[in-house]
Amino acid sequence: MLEGALLLAALVAVDVKAGDPKAGEAVYSRCLACHSLAYHRTGPRHCGLFGRRAGAAPGFEEYSAAMKRSKLVWNENTLDRFLSDPLKTVPGTTMTYAGVQDAKERTDLIAYLKQEGKCPAS
Amino acid sequence: MSSFLAISSPAQARRLFLGRSALVLSGAAVALLAGRDVLAAKSGKSTAADVRILNTALGAELEAIAAYQVGAESGLLEKPVLALAVQFQGHHKEHADVLASTIQKLGGKAVAAKSKYQFPVESLKNQADVLRFAAGLEKGAVSAYLGAVPLFANRDLSKAAASILGDEAMHWAVLRNALGENPVPSAFVS
Repeated sequence: MLEGALLLAALVAVDVKAGDPKAGEAVYSRCLACHSLAYHRTGPRHCGLFGRRAGAAPGFEEYSAAMKRSKLVWNENTLDRFLSDPLKTVPGTTMTYAGVQDAKERTDLIAYLKQEGKCPAS
Repeated sequence: MSSFLAISSPAQARRLFLGRSALVLSGAAVALLAGRDVLAAKSGKSTAADVRILNTALGAELEAIAAYQVGAESGLLEKPVLALAVQFQGHHKEHADVLASTIQKLGGKAVAAKSKYQFPVESLKNQADVLRFAAGLEKGAVSAYLGAVPLFANRDLSKAAASILGDEAMHWAVLRNALGENPVPSAFVS
């Protein structure tokens, strides 16, 4: 049972790595009412996301208390979980969005975020 | 396909746009948000969650208003396109007003516009850049409302949010058309 779970986790990890950034860019267009890569908007910017603690993007003041309390650190797995159902993963988040329910779309989106993850020099 | 940008007469272009877009937000849907006192009577955890959704939508609407202002003041828009941008901005103002009043009716505190917004103004070099930027925001707004509609505990709010979604989708289609792109690229939005 445990072996099966570990194998499944490994397969998920492989899938995340196999995401298509170009397809992910199209998925990211759904985020553009509130987010951008380079700028804080209604939501925080997405550059510098990987390895960052949730609720801690420098200069973004509008985080919910729930997000700041979540203790999540953004990586492929936490992003996959959050994006699949933001309100279930972080109840009280202001990202009031039903989520990206298609696993392949999430994988592609995460690959795009990872590819575009470097913040421009300021 | 006719492109707005390829039309020489501004009047003709404007007629084409306005004729195609039927830009009228459902009065019934607005009433659902703004005029029904039954909303005020509801309270509790689910209402707090609904207020949170409305406030996120309001924040995005306020930012859209600011974005259209940047476009309008850019000096890059031809007169009929400018008129269209101002009209779309007016819709976003109506959305914001009705969202804010609904939040207040539900006992919440409406978010205020930020004192400053950051937009990629350095990449806006011509009219098409402005239209493409606006189209991206409108497409994102469609997706945001689509992701919010199923979350409301109050189904009246879902219906009203869907009405705003429809308006944003029309904006997106008109802007795509202005760019010479297929205005309705697929049978479904996501």
